[in-house]
Amino acid sequence: MAIVKLNDRGVRNVSTFGSVGAGSMVFIKKLTASTSGTLDFVDGTSDVVLDDTYKEYIFTFKDIHGSATGQFGFQGNAASGSGFNETMTTTNFRVFQNEAGTDSELAYVADEDQAQGTGLTLIAQTIDTDNDSNLVGYLHLFNPSSTTFVKHFISRIGVMKSGDSAANTFAAGYFNTTSAIDEIQFKFNSGNIDAGDICLYGIK
Amino acid sequence: MGLVKYNNLSISSISDVSAIDGSMVLIKTITASSDSTIDFVDGTDDVVLDNTYPIYLFKFMSVHGSIDFRHLTFQGNVASGSGYNETMTSSTFYAQHDEAGTATALTYEADYDQAQGTAFQAIVQGAGADNDQASSGELWLFNPSSTTFVTHFFAIGNCSTDDNKIRSLHTSGYFNLTGAIDEIQFKMSGGNIDAGTFKLYGIKDS
Repeated sequence: MAIVKLNDRGVRNVSTFGSVGAGSMVFIKKLTASTSGTLDFVDGTSDVVLDDTYKEYIFTFKDIHGSATGQFGFQGNAASGSGFNETMTTTNFRVFQNEAGTDSELAYVADEDQAQGTGLTLIAQTIDTDNDSNLVGYLHLFNPSSTTFVKHFISRIGVMKSGDSAANTFAAGYFNTTSAIDEIQFKFNSGNIDAGDICLYGIK
Repeated sequence: MGLVKYNNLSISSISDVSAIDGSMVLIKTITASSDSTIDFVDGTDDVVLDNTYPIYLFKFMSVHGSIDFRHLTFQGNVASGSGYNETMTSSTFYAQHDEAGTATALTYEADYDQAQGTAFQAIVQGAGADNDQASSGELWLFNPSSTTFVTHFFAIGNCSTDDNKIRSLHTSGYFNLTGAIDEIQFKMSGGNIDAGTFKLYGIKDS
């Protein structure tokens, strides 16, 4: 067989290499906030994939900055459903310490969980509005396309809490529905998302 | 340029195609061998710790210290700064269970948090130094190149303690500065890191 020489553009249009591993964490979509009321990931819209393509999805949050001292949260919408108002049961606990070193806590937060609620599931403590204040973290959503089981999530969110505290919230729970969830919306319960990125990944 | 046709064998030897890599990219592995510190310095020894990635993830596995009841710790150094001594505010809590099954705990750990401190931050607490004892876990670092916001971190560090417990320490906080952090150092609170693997990954956002 004759040798075929390829230059650096020789395979530029190849979209798949059968034996080359592409990694198991696949970037799907980034939404960048700009004084946004909500950031919505809707399957089939703007290149978002949120269906049975992956069994697990991860959202990451980078430098989310709020316009007010609100709490960050999310809700889902079932396929062909109307509105982000699915029934959820959740847990929420937090840990924080303030910069002055005078206040710290590890505690379950009963005011911020839900028991068959349809409201915004809070996954962070109240954000400070200082210019250098932000929110980061991740949210795992498991098998949202299932029409057999409830859909679980776990999240860990860090925030510069109002009052200059380093705070983390650990939330978990499930959408108590056997309908597929194919839309996820993020927002603050007060004010806008002034800045920041939310990325969606699929786990093969 | 004429059309060149390739068959399946033409590119059968390609082993890496960066453009279709996954989103979690291994940047660097450092294996400890009686080291006093493990350093990840942007631009040194293939380490990338800048604005290339929005999120960095360190994993540490089977870290074995030379002295009983010591803590795995970390600190950062700001770009063009001097020393691993950045100001941070952090919180820590742990869950633990002894091997005898007689004691459990879930509690805030006030001895290892920091309030605007500049010390090394514990991410593993009280690791034992028996031959079979080790620590493993991960440290997330969010957008360390930001010059606008504070730089948050999360960690989970498990160890088999000097008194034979599993202790899972959860640490979180932020570097309270708006300078870019481009160096991270790990070390034990005393003695050396006799063995262990440290890995640095970048998480893509495109």
